[in-house]
Amino acid sequence: MTELLVGTKKGLFVLEGEPGAPFDVTARAFAGEPVEYAMRDPRSGRVLASVTSPFYGPKIWYAGDPAGEWEQAEGVALPAGGDAALERIWVLVPGAADGIVYAGGDPGVLLESRDGGATFEVNRALWEQPGRDSWQPGAGGLCLHSIVPWPGDPDRLALGISAAGVWLTDDGGASWRRGNEGIVARYLPDDPPAADEVALCVHQLKRSATHPERIFMQFHGGVYRSDDGGETWTDIADGLPSDFGFPLALDPGDPDSAYVIPLVADVDRVTPGGHVRVYETRDAGASWAPRGDGLPTEHAYLTVLRGAMDQVGAGESLELYFGATSGAVFGSGDAGATWFDVAAHLPPVLSLTASS
Amino acid sequence: MPLVRLRGPLKQLAGDSAEHAVEGGSVGELLRELERAHPSTSGWILDERGALRRHINVFVNGELGAQETPVGPDDRIDVLPALSGGR
Repeated sequence: MTELLVGTKKGLFVLEGEPGAPFDVTARAFAGEPVEYAMRDPRSGRVLASVTSPFYGPKIWYAGDPAGEWEQAEGVALPAGGDAALERIWVLVPGAADGIVYAGGDPGVLLESRDGGATFEVNRALWEQPGRDSWQPGAGGLCLHSIVPWPGDPDRLALGISAAGVWLTDDGGASWRRGNEGIVARYLPDDPPAADEVALCVHQLKRSATHPERIFMQFHGGVYRSDDGGETWTDIADGLPSDFGFPLALDPGDPDSAYVIPLVADVDRVTPGGHVRVYETRDAGASWAPRGDGLPTEHAYLTVLRGAMDQVGAGESLELYFGATSGAVFGSGDAGATWFDVAAHLPPVLSLTASS
Repeated sequence: MPLVRLRGPLKQLAGDSAEHAVEGGSVGELLRELERAHPSTSGWILDERGALRRHINVFVNGELGAQETPVGPDDRIDVLPALSGGR
């Protein structure tokens, strides 16, 4: 049985099923509220959800059973007395060490929990990073949307911030440095300022489970691969119909694999030609192949947001899932070879995570 | 003492009680005192800057107020989510 936690504009939906047929909606929580992200921590079984009420502000909630009682996590705020307020939590990620959970938010803030998500604290080094005043928000705000721990090494972490680029730490978040060498921002002038001064609109980062020095990136106009833990980047978008998009998924069993969903361009953020296709590489980006058998082939102009694609399993039994702002959710039980409808009429999908 | 009236989730967070007699000379002082008395409400009405959240309205005796609006011992303060539409 596969479980999907689907964060939507109107609440959290829990879907359960087997690949090949529509899933059942087994629970709904936070009805009417935007649920930006939800995930089940595989270590504890606890479900965490970020919810931003338009009235009462962003909160993180946790529960053992998403159909049961939820508790509000403490400490989900910027340092008191400053001139900024937390706008939104974009992502929740289990850390490499027991009990560690990270939350990424707007304005470019990393929160850390050491008790599985019951209490959080702001990472002060990133919050007080010199030069932060020059960070520019993307269209969705100054969002820290990607957090990629290094399996087995809690001190190493990479972050993606739109539009402040990639940030790396080797000391557990005590200090941070940029990791942007090789990234080309076409939306900047031909002679942009130095790399540490420009607005780099990273859309998504995913790290290989077996080769953690390898990270894939979907950029705002570009798809990149790093083989040195995020220090330098190589463009691997050749062969895609468009290098603009948001989500990424990887096969945990294959460090050369990646899946992206190209959209037309930043000025037209829909699937090209009304044809929904996921693109797969199995050679680290040297070539890409469309995977669309079972996906809509005409009049389908979908937008898939950065947090709305995930996978479970590996290898030939890799399952892939993604949701669109149309409210449709699609899945594949055979690593993208064929696809099926998981759900058709949910509210706009903001995020999707899968577990089994 | 001024009376702060809450509804919905704010009422639940404040001990499931709709009416709270709270000390203070302004709306902001009342709301901060309410947070001290009911810590579960912290961050729901005022953000971490101490500012009234953008889509929360406060009415003093039926008139729209603000954080600095003075209040007297016989005043009634309603804390309400703003009327919103289009989303």
